[in-house]
Amino acid sequence: MKRTVLSGLSLTAIFLITGLLLPKWLQFLCTMAAANGVVSLGIVLLMRGGVVSFGQGLVFAGGGYAAALLSNKLGVTDALLLTAAGGAAAVLMAAPFAALLARYRGIFFAMLTLALSMVLYGVLVKTDALGGSDGFNMHRPTLLGMRIADAWSGYALYAIAVCVCGLLGTAARVYFDSARGLVSLAVRENELRVEYLGASVARVMAANFILAAFLGGAGGALAIMALGHIEPNFSYWTTSGEFVFVAILAGHYSVLAAFAASFLLELVRSFSSSYFPNTWQMALGIFLLVVIRFFPRGLGSLLKK
Amino acid sequence: MNVLKATRLNKHFDGVVAAEAVSIDIAAGERVGLIGSNGAGKTTFVNMITGYLKPDAGAIEFDGTDIAALGPREIMRLGVARSFQVPQLCAEMRVIDNMIVAAACGGEALSFWRPAQTDGARARAVQLLERFALAGHAGRRVAELPGGVRKLLDIAMALTRRPRLLLLDEPTSGVSVEEKFPMMDTVMAGIEGEAAGEAGEAGSAGTAVLFVEHDMEIVMRYASRVVAFYSGRILADGAPAAVLADADVRRHVTGGLK
Repeated sequence: MKRTVLSGLSLTAIFLITGLLLPKWLQFLCTMAAANGVVSLGIVLLMRGGVVSFGQGLVFAGGGYAAALLSNKLGVTDALLLTAAGGAAAVLMAAPFAALLARYRGIFFAMLTLALSMVLYGVLVKTDALGGSDGFNMHRPTLLGMRIADAWSGYALYAIAVCVCGLLGTAARVYFDSARGLVSLAVRENELRVEYLGASVARVMAANFILAAFLGGAGGALAIMALGHIEPNFSYWTTSGEFVFVAILAGHYSVLAAFAASFLLELVRSFSSSYFPNTWQMALGIFLLVVIRFFPRGLGSLLKK
Repeated sequence: MNVLKATRLNKHFDGVVAAEAVSIDIAAGERVGLIGSNGAGKTTFVNMITGYLKPDAGAIEFDGTDIAALGPREIMRLGVARSFQVPQLCAEMRVIDNMIVAAACGGEALSFWRPAQTDGARARAVQLLERFALAGHAGRRVAELPGGVRKLLDIAMALTRRPRLLLLDEPTSGVSVEEKFPMMDTVMAGIEGEAAGEAGEAGSAGTAVLFVEHDMEIVMRYASRVVAFYSGRILADGAPAAVLADADVRRHVTGGLK
């Protein structure tokens, strides 16, 4: 565990320093990649137990709206506090469904989570108090009681995202290597055996769903702080689809791969919308085909011996 | 002292009698072979003991605790373990990781942060693998292993938590004729090695073993007691030679096998 924490700290430090050298557009791209990567890391966590959620938009939007509302209505502006609150709000949203969803696998789990996220989308579109389909804007957050100067806002948001990802990524690695993390992998392969060895499959799956929700909510809060605007599309199924795309690209072995895959997606999105406007989904599709053909277990399988 | 006390168990499936007044007591350290043709009620009995099926009537006590209403997980945690006719393993994991999963599942609470791969966990896994002559396979992926080795691993995993009662479901099915005796020798040596190791630590009376088996040579050689089932009832219960010589058993179970 000590090694994991040290690696997490060193990587965070490296990315913090690298960020200073990046041009503004790339800084922003990395901030979004980090925010979305945390959400996909939640799907990776679920994938280790053998299920894929097609509805992480639910917790992504839940965390995002919670952070934006806290900031606009209650005057909570600290970025770290808002990120934690986004995660906590997502956990509160997901918790009532955890026991139910823990009983489903495969396409049923995927479709139920998708359905939940689309219910939220419907509610958000119809709720005028939350800006309806247009959503609403959020003020720039503060950091540890300090206002962030305009000149530094890009880097500050980048640094916050990197630190949060460093923390949550390290925690995820510790969890993957823990007794419960190993049993999750065993559930993926043989539920019957796990149950007959004395562990509760349903409890493992429910806990994974809640942990993934926290990651999704924290990612949502990071994303809204970087974008300054939130709308119901956060919960739309195509948004969830992108998180699944990144998780499949990453595979379920590596935490770092989730962020690398998220970065690749942002890069492809950014370049194809500049060079092939309106056909960027096609570029994305071809990219995914290539990855599935050559790395069926995801980018993370390259890091695994 | 009895570890298991099953009293007058009844189980019916839509008019089919799967168990009728089945009473079996098993003492610590006993080796009991369950025999009977297909549909005789052996598996139903094992399923009731392990909580997969609930009896319609009757009582099941394990170490003095009433377990008739408990589910598989609670019963396993009390000290009953089972292996499977078709080995139930994590095929994509290494052999040693399967053993570590077994230890983790049986532990007190699944930790969110304490590492699974500790030196202690690995040492215990290797110790058990050695008892079952599997240490050479420790680093191999289960999917690459031959059937007999998988059967041994399935049983070794069941023994991880040092159960007081071990149920083996057809341990030699699917194993070739030449391999079945060496395999059962390994299984019994493994179980006894564990019991001896445990006695050294805690002074226990050893694991009772209940095995379902169709092969009468295996039953004769490895059981200290045989229970013969026929259409949900117990036909005979006693020393192997006496049970296998019983006229009813020969007519309904062994088909006149000498």
